[in-house]
Amino acid sequence: MTVSDPQAPAGGAGVTELDESVDIATEEGRRLAERLADNRPHARKLLEVRNLSTQFFTRDGVVHAVDEVSFDLDYGETLGLVGESGCGKSVTALSLVRLIPDPPGQIVDGQIIFDGIDILKLSRAEMRRLRGRKIGFIFQDPMTSLNPTLPIGFQISESARTHLGLSRSAAGDRAVELLSKVGIPRARDRMGDYPHQFSGGMRQRVMIAIALACDPMLLLADEPTTALDVTIQAQILDLIRSLSAEFGTAVILITHDLGIAAGMCNRVNVMYAGRIVETGVVDDVFEKARHPYAWGLLDSLPRLNETKAARLRTIEGLPPDLIDPGVECRFSPRCHYVQDKCRTAEPELTPREGVGHLARCFGTEPGGWIP
Amino acid sequence: MDPVTSAPDDGAMAAANAATEAADAATAASDAANTARITAGNEQRALIEVDHLKVYFPIYSGLLQRRSGDVHAVDDITFDIKRGETLGLVGESGCGKSTTGRALIRLRNPTSGTVTFDGRDLMSLSREELRLTRRRMQIIFQDPYSSLNPRMTVSSIIGEPLETHNLGSKASRSDRVAELLELVGLNANYRNRYPHEFSGGQRQRIGVARALAVEPEFIVCDEPISALDVSIQAQVLNLLVELREKFNLTYLFIAHDLSVVRHISDRVGVMYLGKMVEMGPPNTIYDGPGHPYTRALLSAVPIPDPKTERKRKRVILTGDVPSPVNPPPGCRFHTRCWLYERLGKPETCRTDEPVLRQIQPEHFAACHFAEDALKSDVGVAHLDEPRAQAPLASPPVPIVAAPTN
Repeated sequence: MTVSDPQAPAGGAGVTELDESVDIATEEGRRLAERLADNRPHARKLLEVRNLSTQFFTRDGVVHAVDEVSFDLDYGETLGLVGESGCGKSVTALSLVRLIPDPPGQIVDGQIIFDGIDILKLSRAEMRRLRGRKIGFIFQDPMTSLNPTLPIGFQISESARTHLGLSRSAAGDRAVELLSKVGIPRARDRMGDYPHQFSGGMRQRVMIAIALACDPMLLLADEPTTALDVTIQAQILDLIRSLSAEFGTAVILITHDLGIAAGMCNRVNVMYAGRIVETGVVDDVFEKARHPYAWGLLDSLPRLNETKAARLRTIEGLPPDLIDPGVECRFSPRCHYVQDKCRTAEPELTPREGVGHLARCFGTEPGGWIP
Repeated sequence: MDPVTSAPDDGAMAAANAATEAADAATAASDAANTARITAGNEQRALIEVDHLKVYFPIYSGLLQRRSGDVHAVDDITFDIKRGETLGLVGESGCGKSTTGRALIRLRNPTSGTVTFDGRDLMSLSREELRLTRRRMQIIFQDPYSSLNPRMTVSSIIGEPLETHNLGSKASRSDRVAELLELVGLNANYRNRYPHEFSGGQRQRIGVARALAVEPEFIVCDEPISALDVSIQAQVLNLLVELREKFNLTYLFIAHDLSVVRHISDRVGVMYLGKMVEMGPPNTIYDGPGHPYTRALLSAVPIPDPKTERKRKRVILTGDVPSPVNPPPGCRFHTRCWLYERLGKPETCRTDEPVLRQIQPEHFAACHFAEDALKSDVGVAHLDEPRAQAPLASPPVPIVAAPTN
């Protein structure tokens, strides 16, 4: 693996080849190069998703919830999936672990290679062994994702017993260790407590303990702090950040909060109407965004340091119906920069300035009309 | 009625207002209030005055369901809202901000203390007087899904307050509904649809139209955009600002999102465990907070700028908010306060409850050591965010005509 010319094309067919074009002169490039060096023994990605399409077969028609989504994830990397509700970010994550309710949902196309294993070819039993063992989850609402009738000690040790074959007492010790690691005071005393005896933030800590019980390689965090207050949110994000660094766990963080993505992620995928519309290193996406939807998101946020109450920029209109998204660029009906070309064909994800920075927009392609 | 020049501090006029058309009152007061908006802090009488408001919720327990304690949801707060002003109220869940909002329009009866609306104590009003006064104050709720009756059409939802208050004839009501729909940016042809046919943002617009139907002067916005997506939040926020200008509305804007509150408010109050801990103009509070809790809150807000995020230091508040049933003695925040730790745990914080005192012109904080908090550099990382001066992320629109906003 050599460090090559930064001008080399950074991908093809919508696929990011991060290791092909590392510019060590920039800060991001250096970080990437270091990470690549760390990953040399693996010589491959933790996760490769290619042309993933997940559809829901409803009475009204086929909903194209996730449409030809491709991305990679390095070992130990934190990737953000950002976008508004209905853009397909949660469905993407659920597809990765094949937890799409079937019927009505179905992964209709694509390939998911996790640590060298083709996930879509696994049997149900093999898949079950992978979930929880190598991939952990944290969901938005800790109250509905914990079992209210079982003590939390049991819920944490359960997966260690199932997946790692630990004895009851060894798994119990592991649970206590995890509980103190996620910052629950008097962990041993609280093993017998039930979820309702914990506050929202504490429940989310318990969820994290369960997710990390088997030391997974990948943590899927679906809006992990949306239900929490801002000070508790800061605690939980801090915990995820430090634990993923400590255990070298890769994280896919799904969030609608751009601030969280800015603070937590190495790379970000911006999703809109089932598609990735922009992807890149976090600094590129926030500072050199090249998709009108990304601009719209960034500009519509009121800022903490805003001094005068100017009118907020908005993205007018609503996202398209995913039953029949048509052939045009899916953002074109809401786009200020739209031209005829956008209404006749959908652009591909093509490279922009920066490492692995891709955007799906005719206007910002080389020779496009948007400055 | 022609009190164009008389300020609303005239008690007689205030009483007359209660019984006359709110529209008239609003127009009449608009000039005076517009002036108030520009020159905040003049001697005009406030529209809402809250004096030592307490709202407790009793807890019953045991076999006999005896009253065993109280949740101190709102515990002795005093403030006012001037006509045409927007007061933003922020704080974590359970701090009492929603309860305060509800007490202000008497959806909750206070345990003690008074709420005065346009010179009249809300608790002293008779049933009929209260009904008439209610026309002048409305509320927009957080959840656009549960706050609209799924079995009613949009026109009956928006028309219901008109019926309740006997405004207009049946035919004129229908016109009024159409007008209101257009006002909040919805197509008037949608009037016979049901709420489930609308998106979250559109539903929230329906909620806004319902609140505006009776031409109120004061609207409590209780987390009106928290349930919406980012781009839709901006739309609804712009709508609320537009309507405020158009009808000279007074808002109590409750939210937990600090950036949103800064954007919309003329004055901001920060609540913690039922107490108002800081109050002042947004620029003062956000750029130099005087209460350690406000600083901690600000430090916890994620900033959508990767470089600022990487270098900022957070004050991680440890633990959860204490129970409002038995709030901590002394300063309620001392159990989680970073300044208390930093100052070597001074005894006064544990024993004496700080009062909301003026620490700068127009800037109030309830902290024994507010001066030390003011001097610290905690919680103001957002000031480094480059965007304050930087242009928008989006480049100017070429060729095609510029968007209207």
